[in-house]
Order: sequence, then structure tokens, then C-alpha cells
Amino acid sequence: MILPASTLTEDDVSATGAAAVSSVPISGSSPVARSRPGYTSLDVQLSGVGRSFGDHTVLRDVSLRVAPGEVLAILGSSGCGKSTLLRAVGGLDTGSTGEILIDGSAVQRYDERTAVGFQEPRLLPWRSIYKNVSLGLPRSLSKAEGRERVDELLELVGLKDRAALRPREISGGMAQRASLARALARRPGVLLLDEPFGALDALTRLKMQDLLLDVHAQTGTTVLLVTHDVDEALQLADRVLLLGKNAEDPTAAEGATIARLLDVPGSRPRDRASAELAALRGELFSGLGVDSHTR
Amino acid sequence: MTETLPAAPTTQPADAPARTPGRRRRRKLPGGGLLIGAVVPVLLLGLWWLVTEGTDTFSPVQLPAPQTVFSAGVGLFESGDLIDHMTVSLQRVLLGFAAGAGLGLALGSLLGLSSIADALLHPTVGAFRAVPSLAWVPLLLLWVGIDEDSKVILIAIGAFFPVFTAVHSALRHVDAQLVEAGRAFGFHGVRLLGTVQLPAVVPSVFSGLRLGLAQAWLFLVAAELLASSEGLGFLLDESRNNGRTDRLLLAIVLLALLGKLTDTLLGIVERKALKTWA
Ligand SMILES: Nc1ncnc2c1ncn2[C@@H]1O[C@H](COP(=O)(O)OP(=O)(O)OP(=O)(O)O)[C@@H](O)[C@H]1O
Ligand SMILES: [Mg+2]
Repeated sequence: MILPASTLTEDDVSATGAAAVSSVPISGSSPVARSRPGYTSLDVQLSGVGRSFGDHTVLRDVSLRVAPGEVLAILGSSGCGKSTLLRAVGGLDTGSTGEILIDGSAVQRYDERTAVGFQEPRLLPWRSIYKNVSLGLPRSLSKAEGRERVDELLELVGLKDRAALRPREISGGMAQRASLARALARRPGVLLLDEPFGALDALTRLKMQDLLLDVHAQTGTTVLLVTHDVDEALQLADRVLLLGKNAEDPTAAEGATIARLLDVPGSRPRDRASAELAALRGELFSGLGVDSHTR
Repeated sequence: MTETLPAAPTTQPADAPARTPGRRRRRKLPGGGLLIGAVVPVLLLGLWWLVTEGTDTFSPVQLPAPQTVFSAGVGLFESGDLIDHMTVSLQRVLLGFAAGAGLGLALGSLLGLSSIADALLHPTVGAFRAVPSLAWVPLLLLWVGIDEDSKVILIAIGAFFPVFTAVHSALRHVDAQLVEAGRAFGFHGVRLLGTVQLPAVVPSVFSGLRLGLAQAWLFLVAAELLASSEGLGFLLDESRNNGRTDRLLLAIVLLALLGKLTDTLLGIVERKALKTWA
């Protein structure tokens, strides 16, 4: 079977955020990602999205378009509203203001076009890994189709030989992979990942990042990835969204918004040590208010 | 599907199956747990025999010898009374337990799942729970009369509260993150209940059921001591009145055996359920 080129188009939106950055094609020099048949990648359009809890404003004026197939990393200091933004896009939280469109239509409650990979694996402890992954299957699938898809996904995340085990019988990294497979089972148009590798040790995290790149190459799905790890963002994303106070207007109202929106150059997998990335890293660190100790 | 998907290498150092602490296998005992568990009862029996045979610390009315108790059992068995007492008691316990536990499961699920039902009914159920259950006895006797029903109802009351409390609080405390994950993957209503909430409470439900069963036996004896003409509780009371300490001890031993037996059976079901659900 031949993998057809996906329907990805070039990102035609120029960032209008505080730090204007030129827009470049997705995936740097290789604008066309490949996607497996049956997978879709949808665009996400945020216009003036905000969220308050009581009189505490967490997010305000978040407007951007994420192109189909793009990987967008969302960075920001702890408590700045990254998860809140992701939950709004997935329809897990309905209290946000503004407009969120997926593929041109408003987000539904627990939107079926999206799938969430939570920060914790959140696997049902009484079910085998296989049955946990099946949980993510869309209702429309026949039993046989479902079985085939779960087998495929377990193969993809390298858990085929662990399918019969319970979550407590596998390692944390494996549980995160099972969680990722479950999120992929419905072939989401938009994959929402909330610090999916946050709890893993450094080595496992690097391996998971490579796995995510594999998965993205195979599925071509749009990915919104919340992370607190600048290097992870630079390694995985087409663009990095830095949430925070408006950098140019420190007197602005309470609540985080788009502080920076940066294109990451180079095609993946990227050289983790490249000078270009080092410059971006410095910029992101200073945006996060951290001294990157570069001279 | 022939194109190969790059599978992540499975031999990662971090991938060694996590050793779950606290699940270390207990050292195998010679002869198994059953034999070890019998040691103390056999020693007690020996002591009992020694005290009644070798010394006259106790008069036969105070403490009859084990063999006297045994022959009292044989006598009652041969007259058919023993089997009658046991079946009547067992039947009462099982009926009352089934009714009480069933109601406890139903009401506990309702209040555990629906905040509206909880707000509406929990104060009331809580108030009833605060009444020491034996306080219902006079009212039951007045309303239902001294018959089978009043005893079964009393046992049901005894079994109801532990089951209700266990189911209710377990459902209230089901991991909210798992429930949210279920919802995020398209589960709601009955399917969410069957997929996430009920399986999550299986272990607590069983501990509630076992407590309820123990309560059922407790209330059986209370009901039969108060007013009955058959059953093990009646045998206790009657033997005391007739000075038949041998039969009295026999009734106690039989209550212990039947209670242990029913609990063991429930434990077997529990172990099966936990294998599937926990
Ligand atoms: N359900 C809620 N009710 C009230 N406040 C909330 C709620 N959810 C989030 N918040 C508040 O919104 C803010 C942002 O929370 P959020 O979880 O989005 O942060 P985050 O950027 O994901 O942080 P972290 O990196 O630590 O995960 C926090 O100040 C938090 O207190
Ligand atoms: Mg978060």
C-alpha cells in the first residue's frame, strides 16, 4: 500500500501576536507530511478565547489558527492557563468565552474530532492494556475493525507483547504510550496532549518524543502539545506558542495571552544542539522569565 | 496493511515492569494456611477437655465437657431438631441479607451517583442510620407482629446500612480523573456507569457486603433471642432456661461455623470478582 500525500496546505496565517514572526511552511523544509489513509488532520481556529474562574481571569484574547497537520507546542509558566486552553479546545471545559472552531465548526462538548492525552495516563486499572486502548475506539467501528485498529496501535507504540497486562504491571513510560495509543484510536483530527511526558525520566522522555514524531509522521494529525520543557517544544513543534503576560504591555489586564509565537526552523527530527535552536531557546527562556545563562 | 509501522523498541531500561510494592508473595507455609489456622482451635479444644476432665474447677452446668456438647449435638441431630434450627436460622439470614443488601446497593448507587437524590435523601438516611438498629424491635413487634417477617425485616435493617454506606461513599469517591477520561472518550450515562464507575467500586462493595453479612448474623441472634420458637438463637435462650449449658455451647459453635461458612462463600465470590475488576 502506498502512503498518499496528505492534504496539508501551507500555513497561510501570519502571526499577529505581540511578537510578529514570519510564517513558514509546516515542518520547516518539508511542508508535506504523510498521513495514513483514514487519518484526518483538522485546523483549529481560536478567536478571542478567554477563560475566567469567578473574577480571576486566567486567559484572555487568545487568537490564532493552527493549520491541519501542524504541531503546536504550548509553553508557559506553571498555572498560566496551558491546560485550561487545551481543555477548552477539546470541549472538556465549556466555560470559555470567544470562539473555538475545529474544521470551521464550533467545538462540541467532549468533541469527537479531538482526543486528549492527559498528563497522567488515566488508564482503567481493572482493564488490560488492550482493553484500555479499545476504550478510545469510535462507536461506529465493527468489532473486527476495532480489533485490527487496536493491534495496529499497540504495534505502533511498541506494546504489542504487553497487551494482556494490567496498567499496574507496566512501567510509567509504557502507560503513557498506552494512553497515547488510546487517544489515537479514534483517529482524531486534532490530538491534544497535556504534558504527556512530564512525569517521565529524561531518557524515557526523549524516546517518547521520538515516538510522537513517528506517530505524527504516520498519522499527520494536528497536534497541540502542552509542555513545560523548552527543548521538547523545539524538538517537536512547527511553532511554539508562549502563553503569558503581554510582553510589550506590562500594564495590560490580568490573564495570560499569546506572549510569543515562534516558528521553529528545520525539519524533524532536529539536531538538539543546533545553533539556531539555541537562539530560540534563549528567547523562550527569557520569555519565561528564566536566565538562560548564554553569553 | 503491509507497510511496517516503526515500533518503538521494547527493550528500554525504563520499561522493566514496575515491581508493585506491597504485593510481595507471602512465604508459603508448610501444609498451607488451613492447617495453621486450625492450630489454635485445636489447642483451645484440648485445654477445654483438660479443664473439664482433669480438674473440677467448673461444674458440668458451668462448663460441660467437649464430648458432652458433642453428644448433645448428636442427640438433637437424631431428633431432627438441630437441622430444623439451623435451616430456619440460615433461611432468615439469607432472606434478610438479600433484602437489606439489595436495598443498600440500590439506594447507595442512587445517592452515590445523583447529587440531587443525595441532597434530597442523604440527611434522612443518615438520621435513620443514627438510630441504633435494635431500637426498631418494639416497633416492629407492634406493627408486624412476632412472626417471620419482623425477624427478616430486622436482619435486613442490620445488613442494609453497611452495604449502603460502602456503596455510597465509594461512588462518591470514584477517581474524577478516570471519569473525565471516560467522558472524553465518548462515554456517558449508563455506559459510563458500567465502564468506569461500577467497576471502580467493586472492592468496596464487597467489603460492605461482608460487613452486612456479619451484621445479618448479629441481628438474627438478637431477633431470635427476643421472640421465636425455633432457630439457633431460640436454642440459646431455651438452653439457658433449661440449664442445658451443653446445648448452649453447641449453639454458639454452630453459629460460629455457619457465620464463617457464609462469609467464606462470599469471600470466594469476592475473589473471583476482584480478579476481573481490580
Ligand atoms: N476548575 C477550576 N476552578 C478554578 N480555578 C481553576 C480551575 N482550573 C484551573 N484554574 C486556575 O486556572 C489557572 C490556570 O490553570 P491551568 O491548569 O490551566 O495551568 P497550567 O498552565 O496548565 O499549569 P501547569 O503547568 O502547572 O499544569 C490556575 O491559576 C488555576 O488555579
Ligand atoms: Mg497543566
